Amino acid sequence: MNQDQLVVDKIKAAYPDVIEDVVDFRGERTIYVHTGQIREVCQLLRDDADLQYNFLSDICADDLLPDFPRFAVNYHLYSIPQNHRLRLRVWAEDPEDGPETVGDVWPVATWLEMEVWDLLGVRFKGNGSLRRLFLPEDWQGHPLRKDYPLGYEEVQFSFNWQEIDAKKPYAKE
Amino acid sequence: MTLSTDPDAIQELTVEELRAKFGTGMEIAGDEEYMLLSMGPQHPSTHGVLRLLLELDGETVVNLAPDIGFLHTGIEKTMESKRYTLGLVLTDRMDYLSPMSNNLGYILAVEKLLGVEATPRAQVIRVILTELARVSSHLVWLGTHALDLAAMSVFLYCFREREYILDIFEMVAGQRMMVSYFRPGGLWRDLPEEFEPAVRKFLEFMPSRIADYEALTKNNPIWLDRTKGVGVVSAEQAVAWGMTGPSLRGSGVNWDIRKAQPYSGYEQYDFDVPLETDGDVYARYRCRMEEMRQSLRIIEQGLDNLPDGPVNIDDPKIVPPPRSELGHSMEAVIHHFKLWTEGFDAPEGFVYQSVESPRGEFACYLRGDGGPKPARVHFRTPSYVNLASLPIMSKGAFVADVVAIIGSIDIVLGEIDR
Repeated sequence: MNQDQLVVDKIKAAYPDVIEDVVDFRGERTIYVHTGQIREVCQLLRDDADLQYNFLSDICADDLLPDFPRFAVNYHLYSIPQNHRLRLRVWAEDPEDGPETVGDVWPVATWLEMEVWDLLGVRFKGNGSLRRLFLPEDWQGHPLRKDYPLGYEEVQFSFNWQEIDAKKPYAKE
Repeated sequence: MTLSTDPDAIQELTVEELRAKFGTGMEIAGDEEYMLLSMGPQHPSTHGVLRLLLELDGETVVNLAPDIGFLHTGIEKTMESKRYTLGLVLTDRMDYLSPMSNNLGYILAVEKLLGVEATPRAQVIRVILTELARVSSHLVWLGTHALDLAAMSVFLYCFREREYILDIFEMVAGQRMMVSYFRPGGLWRDLPEEFEPAVRKFLEFMPSRIADYEALTKNNPIWLDRTKGVGVVSAEQAVAWGMTGPSLRGSGVNWDIRKAQPYSGYEQYDFDVPLETDGDVYARYRCRMEEMRQSLRIIEQGLDNLPDGPVNIDDPKIVPPPRSELGHSMEAVIHHFKLWTEGFDAPEGFVYQSVESPRGEFACYLRGDGGPKPARVHFRTPSYVNLASLPIMSKGAFVADVVAIIGSIDIVLGEIDR
């Protein structure tokens, strides 16, 4: 039986309403899962004897700024015994109230979720070790968000000289 | 930890705060007095700017936490403002020891998004160069790993052979390290004619050189003492902590992306995946040494079966026209102008493409929004994920063993921090 179809059937059998959408693009299958039940679905996918998604490749988030829900989190799963890849995608309407952590399903998720929080600001419920990983402790904002500027020095003109000068980091008298 | 609201206040952390900060999934042992030691970021054996926070009982590691980010350059953010072709140069700078693998992972993701496939000749050339990069990366690993374990001479021999490979890269791409040779739809240009004799010569002398390295290390009693039974990680732990590459195969899990999900025509090559079962530093060392030999096999098969034909696909919307056509074809001039001013549009959607880099699974998540620039680029870099299992490997080891363990997972900080 086709592994792609088997996954959908298994999830539907255990949690009938959890799948929001199934998309195939360039030979990759993406299953949109209801945000509240991502941990249960992951547990099922890992423990089911026919699926065995024992390897979590990656967690990464998307910022789709003008759209709502604004954030989407991708879970790239791989099954070493079945040699099959799968992507789960959940929406995060409020980044402060993101999906539940899957750290107890795959321990490495704790580490991967840290990166997502640091750079995109999606908070995973139950992950106690979210901290600044790449950026300094006192950094403000999350740089991979679309509304975060790429960073450049503002040009001073005579009409706004004082205003920009006040924001410059060099020492003042 | 709460942040100070006063921006000028210098933050001094107490030991408790540091412990709270670094308690990442690891239990803090008892109430006993332990010493906290900060190792790095300027430590020679951390292979860059990695800082480790060690909690020590005497000389035994009770707890360890990596602190990273000193080399963060915002590559993912920068790439969102670059066109697909221009973003390529940034991938070289992540894993600077094997830029070819990064190029390949990114380019395959772009091609997957576009729905095109490289020509047979380009695919074989890509495989040959990626395998050469694997050998050169493993040579740096062996040299620096041996240097960490106080074996100075191995380093000098390894860099001699690496220099030869970098000369080949320079001949092909015009650059020793930051090659950017693979392009969407093919290659920058075809191979020069000196390429094949140079690689043949390399294939001739390299097996005996690998035997030389092994003569220095494989049965060396000091080497065995420092590596056997150190940093053991079981197969279950390795999979659960997302380890990939030789570090995973050293624990007996037979997973190589080149075999499991072949890309760029790897299914046509006959090679073995070296496997060890001990899961210690020595097993990972054995895996990498054997991998070099297998890479030589792949390179030889690639050279023997190098097909003729074009290296770029026939699509002027993606691949710039050859220089010779610009003089007499108006169409070529238009395509050239459009490509270098606007780039090409990729469809809406997202793809995930992984390749087997020398360190493990290197993957690129790419989301296009229909325009000439990617909406989101994310790299799953093997060093970053392999580093997550450093605490479980180092627990109970000596401080000197931590150095051996870091060397054995072969981290590159440019790739971790991105």
